[in-house]
Amino acid sequence: MKFLEKYINAGRLKSPWVVHFDCGSCNGCDIEVLACLTPVFDIERFGIINVGNPKHADVLLVTGTVNHRNAEVLKNIYDQMPDPKAVIAIGACACSGGVFRDCYNVLGGVDKVIPVDVYAPGCACRPESIIDGVVMALDVVKAKLGLGPMPKVRILGVQTSDEVDPATGLPFGATQEEKSEVAS
Amino acid sequence: MTTLILALVGLVLAPVVGGYIAGLDRRLTARLQSRMGPPLAQPFYDVLKLWGKASNVSHPWLVFSAYMYLVSSALSVFILFTGGDLLLLFFVLTVGAVFQVVGALAVNSPYSQVGAQRELLQMLAYEPVLILVFMGIFLGSGSFAVADIFKLESPLLCSMPLLYIALGYAFTIKLRKSPFDIAASHHGHQELVKGVQTEYSGRELAMLEVAHWFDVVLMLGLCAIFWHTNVIGMAVLLIVTYIVEVLVDNISARMTWQWMLKNALGFGLTLSLANILWLYVK
Repeated sequence: MKFLEKYINAGRLKSPWVVHFDCGSCNGCDIEVLACLTPVFDIERFGIINVGNPKHADVLLVTGTVNHRNAEVLKNIYDQMPDPKAVIAIGACACSGGVFRDCYNVLGGVDKVIPVDVYAPGCACRPESIIDGVVMALDVVKAKLGLGPMPKVRILGVQTSDEVDPATGLPFGATQEEKSEVAS
Repeated sequence: MTTLILALVGLVLAPVVGGYIAGLDRRLTARLQSRMGPPLAQPFYDVLKLWGKASNVSHPWLVFSAYMYLVSSALSVFILFTGGDLLLLFFVLTVGAVFQVVGALAVNSPYSQVGAQRELLQMLAYEPVLILVFMGIFLGSGSFAVADIFKLESPLLCSMPLLYIALGYAFTIKLRKSPFDIAASHHGHQELVKGVQTEYSGRELAMLEVAHWFDVVLMLGLCAIFWHTNVIGMAVLLIVTYIVEVLVDNISARMTWQWMLKNALGFGLTLSLANILWLYVK
């Protein structure tokens, strides 16, 4: 079975089946998730299929805030997915609670209930961002399998401290002194 | 002995061919919907990934049923390749279908239960048609053995075109293509989720997928019997048949089981009986 392991890992990275759970979203992000399936974005190119069944899925896409009522449902769906699996929080609400963060019935982002691997912010999140999120989630799965480095930042659109800012030519993590030194 | 070795080689090659046909099917479907579609080897990636998933079995019967379905599909392909008896093949094929229903009924999931009921109705629709096709082949060739049919001089399609169309109905129902994908669809994000396959996951689902590839090869093999005289004619017949299947799959919506029974039994049985009557009179 050892020789199969290599091929199984190749398969894992090439066929992420997704299941989408609307945790109380305004449907803005949901529409964008569905847009990924259309001929314009065609996520099936990457082997991604929307399976609609947690028992068949590898990646859980969650949109919307978590509240006291649906936290249990979210946990249940997550538990039904067989390992290895990944979770992507899609949209501002799923990442942090968004504008509903302080509502009396809202617990906050998805990570209050289940572990989140990738955050894809946006209101609404763009389909390109969702596809990027799935690709980044594959990097996370890869790292968990011990096949590569763990992505430094798991929030889409946020630079790591050693990435170079094209405007200044310095890393994003550069200190104020280093920046002023270059400016002078 | 040579037959046995060839049949064993066929048994090993069948899932490979079936997998690539499934990949081609997905690609063709994507092109028909003006999409790019996944790589040709995508079904293999899917099955390998499913094989490596953690076990998540909701009922022991699911595992047993998955094995039985895979064994029955593989065995029916083996019987076909050894030139065996069509009636035996029919019964072995039925065992697989029955075990799919047994597995789906063992769990409480409503999707699975509804899928199982619909799978039984599908069997009710395609099995009479299939058995009449085999009867027609018997009337045309004088034997149920595939090996004997291959000794005939003229292709069966010339004397039984209506039976071939009836076989097309059985083909579409057995492979769960639209408009007959009522028990389990290839598109799992719909009202029935995955029907009979909803509760299977990981390794068991991978086995169902491989069994499905065997079924594709088996159905294409049954179609190939209708033009056994030369390889080119056989290939043309199979390619045309499969492209028509993919086309029908894409241009039609899923229909109800009542519609399926009316159509498959109405047209299928009428076409096959008409052809059998003609063979009998001739």
